[in-house]
Amino acid sequence: MLGYSIRRLLAAIPTLLLLIAASFVLIQVAPGGPFTSERPLPPQVLANIEARYGLDQPMWKQFWDYLYNIVFHFDFGPSFKFKDRDVNDIIAQGFPISLTYGFLSFLAATSVGVTLGVAAAIRHNTWIDYFAVSLGIAAQALPNFIMGPILILVFTLYLGWLPGGGWNGGAWPYLIMPVIALSTSYMGSIARITRSSMLEVLNSNYIRTARAKGIPERQIIWKHAMKPTLLPVVSYLGPVFVYVLTGSVFVDIYFSTGGLGQAYVGSALSRDYSVLLGVTILYGGLTVLVNLITDLAYAWFDPKIRY
Amino acid sequence: MKHIRNSALATLVATTMLASPVLAAGTHPTTGEPLADDQTFTYRVLDEHSSVDPQVVEDVTGAEVVRDLFEGLMNQDEDGNLVPGVATGFTTNDDKTVYTFTLRDNAKWSNGDPVVAGDFVYAWQRAVDPELSSPYAWYMEITSIENAAKIIAGDAPITDLGVKAIDDRTLEITLSAPLPYFATMTTHSTLFPAPRSVIEAHGADWTKPENIVSNGAYVLTEHLPNERSVRERNPMYWDNENTIIDKVVALVINDENVALTRYMAGELDRTEVPAGQFPRLKEEHPEEAISFPRLCNYYYTFNLSNDGPEQFKDVRVRKALAMAVDRKIIVENVLAGGQPEAYSFTPAAVANFEPPASEMASITQAERDAKAKELLAEAGYGPDNPLKFSMIYNTSESHKKIAVAMSQMWKQKLGVEAELGNMEWKVFLETRGNQDFELARGAWCGDYNEASTFLDLLTTPSGYNDGKFSSAEIDSLMTQARTASETSDLYTRVEAIIAQEQPVIPIYHYAGVYMLDSDVGNWPVNNVEQNWYSKNLYKIAE
Repeated sequence: MLGYSIRRLLAAIPTLLLLIAASFVLIQVAPGGPFTSERPLPPQVLANIEARYGLDQPMWKQFWDYLYNIVFHFDFGPSFKFKDRDVNDIIAQGFPISLTYGFLSFLAATSVGVTLGVAAAIRHNTWIDYFAVSLGIAAQALPNFIMGPILILVFTLYLGWLPGGGWNGGAWPYLIMPVIALSTSYMGSIARITRSSMLEVLNSNYIRTARAKGIPERQIIWKHAMKPTLLPVVSYLGPVFVYVLTGSVFVDIYFSTGGLGQAYVGSALSRDYSVLLGVTILYGGLTVLVNLITDLAYAWFDPKIRY
Repeated sequence: MKHIRNSALATLVATTMLASPVLAAGTHPTTGEPLADDQTFTYRVLDEHSSVDPQVVEDVTGAEVVRDLFEGLMNQDEDGNLVPGVATGFTTNDDKTVYTFTLRDNAKWSNGDPVVAGDFVYAWQRAVDPELSSPYAWYMEITSIENAAKIIAGDAPITDLGVKAIDDRTLEITLSAPLPYFATMTTHSTLFPAPRSVIEAHGADWTKPENIVSNGAYVLTEHLPNERSVRERNPMYWDNENTIIDKVVALVINDENVALTRYMAGELDRTEVPAGQFPRLKEEHPEEAISFPRLCNYYYTFNLSNDGPEQFKDVRVRKALAMAVDRKIIVENVLAGGQPEAYSFTPAAVANFEPPASEMASITQAERDAKAKELLAEAGYGPDNPLKFSMIYNTSESHKKIAVAMSQMWKQKLGVEAELGNMEWKVFLETRGNQDFELARGAWCGDYNEASTFLDLLTTPSGYNDGKFSSAEIDSLMTQARTASETSDLYTRVEAIIAQEQPVIPIYHYAGVYMLDSDVGNWPVNNVEQNWYSKNLYKIAE
């Protein structure tokens, strides 16, 4: 398994290189540049700025310098928009925030989702099942850009229980709404996947055999049915983990958390090439890593899979 | 951090504290209003600021922070008048090409160092230095300071800039052309001083809260990008004893509706009102919903370049389209925030500017519509041969509403078929800048309170003239205005030519539409540039 992991990580290098090259070309092809503004800069001022950021160099040279600085200095360059900060700064500040609420949302979505799904499957066609299924569908259907403002309206304005936004070092009152908003729809999906997977497993031959042998239901569920049930859930969780970190721009926008999602989308809109590239590489690397972890987890859940 | 202004007040505070704890913070020295205990002003900003380096900052949000952290030679008061800042005053030679500012002897940096003339020389040289490559270097060019343009082009060393420290208290500036309003321009952040020793010690990191040294009424104490920035009272500031607000918090809230909710929940003292919500808020919170004119215009520009569509070369077509836009409906029903209708390019709120008595402004909308039909028929367009063109705007809910309203008005009244197209901001700028459009949205906010900041846009050499309108008469009038002592008539004449030629369709002029907590005292609603200073505000006890 170690050899497999090393092979996978080595294979990630060309993948990431390709990602960097494609992003590098694509963002430069997009109309408008970092210094396109409503007040076009006088040519001389623009030339000075472009010279400072190396944008006057040929593209291959810019690309080479960029890679060189990453590999040898771990320097992702200065931000073109936020003149007092560089990309390393922006990531170092925003990523821990995204990671914190992202990870908590992931935990919340998984634990609540799996519990709901299992409960629904075990009590198939009872009120628990109907309740869990309706909750799952509602949670999945409610878009988070509606959820965000509604939560703030209820918990901040009407009830006055929670602050309407901000981060404050990740203090828990500031975390509750972002985590609810981010985890809800994933929770819904996880509940539904768990339920149908569990139902299928409970109807399989080996469970029937186990029941025929008189093994207690509790043991059947926890010892025999749980692992295979979770297999499709795990393949769903891998991408979800990356999504809760990358797709969290709405959390940053509605709850002013200062996470990386907002910096990422903002950099695309303002053509802040270096920030956009830096965060793309981070997310790309993260995706590769999480995919590997998911694949390794399969082996644990399913004895048929071995590397 | 609470500061007692003087011993007499301290005694007063001490006695009132015994008598009534409510008045613990005392009363305002001039208005006599009771002051709140907590002198914290919290406001919403749309986006993270680009920088707090005075020579580098390029956005309004950043400039607001910089204006609190640093102080230039002159400041503005609540009405936008020039008042002393670091300088106590200035003298100028007869032809207004040499300005001499006298600096106060008690101005200090937040580390205790005195603010000297050399700090301004250093800062201004920095602003034109190609190595710093400030995006606001252009501002230094328009101040006409000697050699600014040459230095930016790399053709002269920064030491050639026309600014000299005669001694620590005297700053002499030499301009390449007479500029009657140069002193006004020193209220802009690009011309603020900069702390040389700190910048040299920390490089680009000098603006971080742990490193920054500033000379304004506040110092930056906290900065969480995309979340908040906090500035607190600077005890070294020369006028600290007259400052009332202790702490200013800027919260980044991208969504204006969420910001409004948080304002309603009492988390904010100030926020913008989303388009269309002003009438309801004004009714529910008459004390808090405010609207006042701003120095910005909103218009559509015809592409009059050689690549532009043939139909717009006919002035009758341009006039007909401009006439048929019912501005009243747009400002009252779409925006509903107290914005003035626009019949001139320059907002009427601009100082020393008198809009011309144009035909369009003086007749009723029904008369305008009739006139528009007539003009369009004369130009050869009618039901059998409808006028067709495309119009573009950058993606935004309110731009879309306005564009839809305009195209409907044209369709119903004139049978014109306008095809709408929206574009993401940078794509839009690129398209408009390359004259790859027929009719495009435009908006401009004045850099200073003078009509030329708007009218220069329609001169032939202007880099911002995306419609490529060209009138020799306007060019010569604007050149004349640059050095004239009395400019009002010249600007009125330029506007009259614009009304006649109609290279643009002015729609409305911006208003500042805010929810401002009624316990915030002295918000400068009459400062049309909205250059506000936290040191002039105060919080009233409720």
